[in-house]
Amino acid sequence: MPAPILHVRGLTAAYRGLRALHGIDLDVGEGEVVAVVGANGAGKSTLLRAIAGQMSIGGSVQFAGKSLARVPAHQINRLGIGLVPEGRRLFPRLSVEDNLRLGAYARRGPDRFKPLDFVFTLFPRLQERLSQRAETLSGGEQQMLAIGRALMTAPKLLMLDEPSQGIMPRLVDDILAAVRRIRDAGVTILIVEQRLAETLEIADRAYVLQTGRVVMQGSAAEIAGNAEIRRAYLGM
Amino acid sequence: MTASLVLQVAIGGLLMGLVYALVAAGLSLIFGLMDVVNFAHGQLLMLAMYAVFEFHTLLGLDPLVQLPLVAALLFVLGVAIYRGLIARALAVRFNTGMVQIFVTFGLSIFLVGFAQLVFGTDFRSVNSGLLFGRTVAIGQIVLPLPQIAAGLVCLLAFAALMLIARTEFGRALEATREDRDAVALIGIDRNRIFSLGWGIGAATVGIAGVMLASFYYISPTVGDSFALIAYVTVALGGFGSLIGALIAGLLIGLTEAMTALVIDPSLKQIGVFMIYVLVLMVRPRGLFGRL
Repeated sequence: MPAPILHVRGLTAAYRGLRALHGIDLDVGEGEVVAVVGANGAGKSTLLRAIAGQMSIGGSVQFAGKSLARVPAHQINRLGIGLVPEGRRLFPRLSVEDNLRLGAYARRGPDRFKPLDFVFTLFPRLQERLSQRAETLSGGEQQMLAIGRALMTAPKLLMLDEPSQGIMPRLVDDILAAVRRIRDAGVTILIVEQRLAETLEIADRAYVLQTGRVVMQGSAAEIAGNAEIRRAYLGM
Repeated sequence: MTASLVLQVAIGGLLMGLVYALVAAGLSLIFGLMDVVNFAHGQLLMLAMYAVFEFHTLLGLDPLVQLPLVAALLFVLGVAIYRGLIARALAVRFNTGMVQIFVTFGLSIFLVGFAQLVFGTDFRSVNSGLLFGRTVAIGQIVLPLPQIAAGLVCLLAFAALMLIARTEFGRALEATREDRDAVALIGIDRNRIFSLGWGIGAATVGIAGVMLASFYYISPTVGDSFALIAYVTVALGGFGSLIGALIAGLLIGLTEAMTALVIDPSLKQIGVFMIYVLVLMVRPRGLFGRL
């Protein structure tokens, strides 16, 4: 593994007093694609939300050598962590263009809209729909917009929470292909997915989560090839 | 009742309507942004009017010259109210809606008491200045200059609000109102947006207060009737809609003036509140409301 850009130790988090993460250890190396897999309710989304500062946490999270303890969510984004959240959380009444441009709102300088070109290369469809309201897009297009908006924040680490959820099967491959191209452009990726086979295909390493704990980790090939893991932890 | 009298009253009503519209715009902005009804909105208007009176009496500053000063003061006050009270109320975990109501309602009571203590309970008025006592005559129609100036300045302030809505900051406001949790994902500090929203909302009502101070009496409770009309305006125009507030303000100013002319000046608000009841029965979301 390359030098870790994200270093998580003993991470705990709770929903309304109910503990959802029980001490997660996880590393993401610079330039890697790391997948987090596991059954429903394993704590995958919680893990991403906790790293992004969207809930209060215990344990330690370090990003590029800096502790994220008590750093507010918007600052975490400014440090270089982008999250494409569950349910996408676009601004439905704003246009596609406004959604994208707002991604660069918190940044200053003449280069801040530069990622726009990359976003349009990845998803030419967004360029065709610039003036449309986000809410009028199809599920797949909304997912593209959510990823595009996150890229506009110029992240070093992009976290994706089930990007294949609620979109046409035909588009799932497109989305995952885009994830690979984002990595090729130098962005580190941490991805949570239900679609095991497709995700492990693009990942370098993977962690298996079960009820808030890491029960297995290894190279993507190891996890993909282990039928026992798949049966025991992933319900397939 | 001559045609020119009717026209004169109508124009006077529309000018006042522009003031109502701006007062309502500030209320609507804050409500639209964060679902908090500011029950102290009328008291902000009152404070702006007293500021004009005091600066005029103590420093001899012309009310019109004070416009940027008082607007800036109200902006700071709005930000302070958000940071000191509203942000804390929003952080409460239980009964959030109630807490928000009590906080701004409590603030309104406090501010009235504060004004009674500091400024006294006597009615005041500003009796000199660039605009004071002047009229403009167009044919048989005679209009007081302070009202004309108030209408024009409020219209300009309204235009400024609409321009702000078109800027990048305006988009950030809209995004925050649509999903206040999601803006953090793109590095936007929602507390900053909320603070600025309160600042702008208070500054707009401050501008209305400055212009009113040149021709309206000033007392600790002067804000009450304006706040009531502002709620009707926002309900008629549609919560959160700027253009709705403008059109509703004009309609209400006109209705009020015509009621005064046709029925009786002391009953001028009857028409206004009949509109409110009608809105509730026929179109509860208002003319341009989204809900």
